[in-house]
Amino acid sequence: MSARTGGSTPRPPIRSTEREAVLSVRDVSVVYETEEPVTAVAGASFELHRGEVLGLAGESGCGKTTLAYAVSRLHQPPARIAGGSVVFHDRSGRDVDVLGLDEEQMRRFRWAKLSMVFQGAMNALNPVRTVGAQLDDTLRAHDPGMDRRRRRARCEEVLTRVGVAPDRYRAHPHELSGGMRQRVMIAMAMLLEPQVMVMDEPTTALDVVVQRDILREIVRLRDEMDFAVVFITHDLPLLLEISDRIAVMLRGEIVELDTADTLYRHARHPYTRKLLGSFPSLSGERGAFVRTGVLDQQQEETA
Amino acid sequence: MSTVQVTNLTKEYRLRDGLRRTTLRAVDRVSFDLLPRRTVALVGESGSGKSTIAKLLTRLERPTSGSVEVALADGTPVHGSMYRRQVQMVFQDPFASLNPFHSVGHHIARPLLLHQRTSGARQTHERVLEMLERVNLSPAELVAARRPHELSGGQRQRVAIARALAPGAQVLVADEPVSMLDVSIRLGVLNLLARLQREEDLAVLYITHDLATARHFSDEILVLYRGRVVERGPADAVILDPHHDYTKLLALAAPDPERLGKVVAGEGAPDRASIDNSVCYDHHRRAWVHVDEAADAADAARRTRAERTGGGVAAGA
Amino acid sequence: MTDTQSVPAAGAAAARPAPRPGPAPAWRMLLPTMTPWLATGLVLVGGICLFGLLGPLLVGDPDAIRDVGLQGPSGDLWLGTTQTGQDVFAQLAHATRGSLQIGFLVGVLATVLSAFFGIYGAYLGGAADEAFSLLTNVFLVIPGLPLVIVISGFVPRESRGLWTIAVVLALTSWAASARVLRAQTLSVRNREYVAASRLSGERAWRVIVVEILPNLLPVLASQFVFAVIAAVLGEAGLSFLGLGASGSATLGTMLFYAQNGFALPLGAWWWFAPPGLLIALLGTGLSLVNFSIDEIVNPRLKNARLHRRRTRQAARAAKGGAR
Repeated sequence: MSARTGGSTPRPPIRSTEREAVLSVRDVSVVYETEEPVTAVAGASFELHRGEVLGLAGESGCGKTTLAYAVSRLHQPPARIAGGSVVFHDRSGRDVDVLGLDEEQMRRFRWAKLSMVFQGAMNALNPVRTVGAQLDDTLRAHDPGMDRRRRRARCEEVLTRVGVAPDRYRAHPHELSGGMRQRVMIAMAMLLEPQVMVMDEPTTALDVVVQRDILREIVRLRDEMDFAVVFITHDLPLLLEISDRIAVMLRGEIVELDTADTLYRHARHPYTRKLLGSFPSLSGERGAFVRTGVLDQQQEETA
Repeated sequence: MSTVQVTNLTKEYRLRDGLRRTTLRAVDRVSFDLLPRRTVALVGESGSGKSTIAKLLTRLERPTSGSVEVALADGTPVHGSMYRRQVQMVFQDPFASLNPFHSVGHHIARPLLLHQRTSGARQTHERVLEMLERVNLSPAELVAARRPHELSGGQRQRVAIARALAPGAQVLVADEPVSMLDVSIRLGVLNLLARLQREEDLAVLYITHDLATARHFSDEILVLYRGRVVERGPADAVILDPHHDYTKLLALAAPDPERLGKVVAGEGAPDRASIDNSVCYDHHRRAWVHVDEAADAADAARRTRAERTGGGVAAGA
Repeated sequence: MTDTQSVPAAGAAAARPAPRPGPAPAWRMLLPTMTPWLATGLVLVGGICLFGLLGPLLVGDPDAIRDVGLQGPSGDLWLGTTQTGQDVFAQLAHATRGSLQIGFLVGVLATVLSAFFGIYGAYLGGAADEAFSLLTNVFLVIPGLPLVIVISGFVPRESRGLWTIAVVLALTSWAASARVLRAQTLSVRNREYVAASRLSGERAWRVIVVEILPNLLPVLASQFVFAVIAAVLGEAGLSFLGLGASGSATLGTMLFYAQNGFALPLGAWWWFAPPGLLIALLGTGLSLVNFSIDEIVNPRLKNARLHRRRTRQAARAAKGGAR
């Protein structure tokens, strides 16, 4: 594992559509094998480009989280991948069929090439062990050859990168605020310099100001380290701000996939337009939100 | 048509940490007025004291000092059980605010019976259906027989609103009423609240962390930071022309699609440590007010309003 | 902003609940799902209860002395006789009734005590909660059986009736349940619907009985079953030591007499095995019922079970598909 230290290569301003792909998802379907099988994701396809932030938007139950879990093969029964392919294009030029890996290969692939940050992740830290020890575990599991001093240096470096003072290496999770803990989780996710990070509502449980700090951090890290991000949230305004491209999911299907700008200004699918219309703009016009007038009745009916 | 005058409201919690006792001032000398047909938004992050204010207003907790006075249209003060009839609340979590054990109808029938709005099973049932229709839950007969877990989040929140209005409440405290709902149904619920407010001349306190809906849903915004009001004024003025550092920070943090792709690494964030919550910018007076003078300022504002009698005077100081 | 009127279909459909035949009644939520374990438990408990209820009506006088002492089981005397020639089967029927009686009595008493101190204290909060908690903790650390022995030994044998023993057993066994109930109540009490019903002006007792209690019913049921098990075992222990209720016949007294009659050295297994087995089966049955109640209290247990089953089914389906 090459420990790239600091060397941030400025990202050339290429439009993401022209960049090479790092993850190709083709026709992935996920079925919940319950009494009556439910298709949670139906033929989802997208291409994730190197260094890109791809937003995945949709409301609760639309299948966005299921898709994310399936791509990182973290889905649990009764969920089952019913079809499709997920191919990871390594920086070395090698292609990896993610769905074809066996358990051991998957364990090594996950985290080293593709890592995840989930919504409640900050509560997933072990409360009785220090943050540093838990980071160290991850390093040791994936690279047994690394000696203690180098591991320590690497952990502290990653913590610094996500904006946590390196002396918090010895802190226990409860000594950190929610925002700090989520940063630690992000640090853990990028510890092995993955090329893809899947983030499922990483900031939803946090206060707006903290949320903004972390988003800023994610974008900055992306610029420095050139990993691609699949960012999942129901918060479309937030996605519009941070993503290069956005996929909108409705009932298990990706109904629209376009650059953030095009999606915002010229949304094609009616559902996208509905989502866009359902939040009032902070600085702009009132939009669909009218406190007086005839519009109200119709607005309520559609909700 | 009831009004609420909140003066110098303070709430302290005693914390016990081993043998040490510390006092946490969750709300510190907050004053504002709620007037019929008008909405005041309380904006702030978690821990700013906004939910504590909701509990004090609904008398789920007692203030350490300061007062909440509710008066009917003719000026008679409201006391005792009448208070519960006048001031009601819509809770944040529609999944937790309805008892999974009881039917939807039960939730609305209880306050009707408790406050003698109806008598007899038949009249109560009719009234329940009427209330459900008013919050756009139809067919009401079917919905009333349902249990909360059979409804979606948006539908539950409508039931919660119907329950709050059932006693004939004139003052509604809405504590983050839409933050747990899917985005596409939020607007519908807010619009419903707005319509009911117009129809019933409700005074509404809207508690939120979402600046965008606060701006569009309310007339007046109070920004709360660590228990104190740090900025107050007409909704548009506070959001579009923030003066206090904390309001600026909040406005910068709120997602705004008009700033497409604006999350950049270099974007400077104001330092939180330097934020001072002892002063408050009042957009009505176009002046900074120190927290020690806030009560006098509120009094002065009330006097001016009384002189101008009625007319669309803004609530608050 | 974009026009939202163009997609009314999806939204409008969601706003109206799909018509369905009658809603599921509330009590359905309180019933455990039928599993092989629960069925086994119910059959065991039901069988023993029936035996205790109807058995004494069908058998002869358990105290009648025959001149055939220490006879093994035969067609005439199903479980043989004791040293003094009493019918063991008849004794067993009466003893089962006695044990169930005391178990039920203690179960009710202990549940009422724990509900009062656990739920009411937690709902009131503040000083009342502290006081109730303290009392509960004191009772919790009192070593149960030794105290029962001391009390039973202290009370003269004549006045040591069924109720005395029941009260003594209940007093030493309610504390643990009270703590469980207190914890549950504290969590339910802080839910928003309780605040909402207080807000609408409900009185305290109504909030407790109508809003809080239904959510505690599974816990109460589980604690009740637990108390019954503890009481049956506790009473058996006391009676075995000769400290049971005077003049009562329970499974414990049967064991006591069997022990005194040297049943074990004499190899009279039909004398001590049936009561021992019955105690064990009753305990097993009640525990199995309790596990199923636990699934209602903690749905995660149920999900884990369903999950295991689905995994098995999926594996089987995959195997079938491969062939």
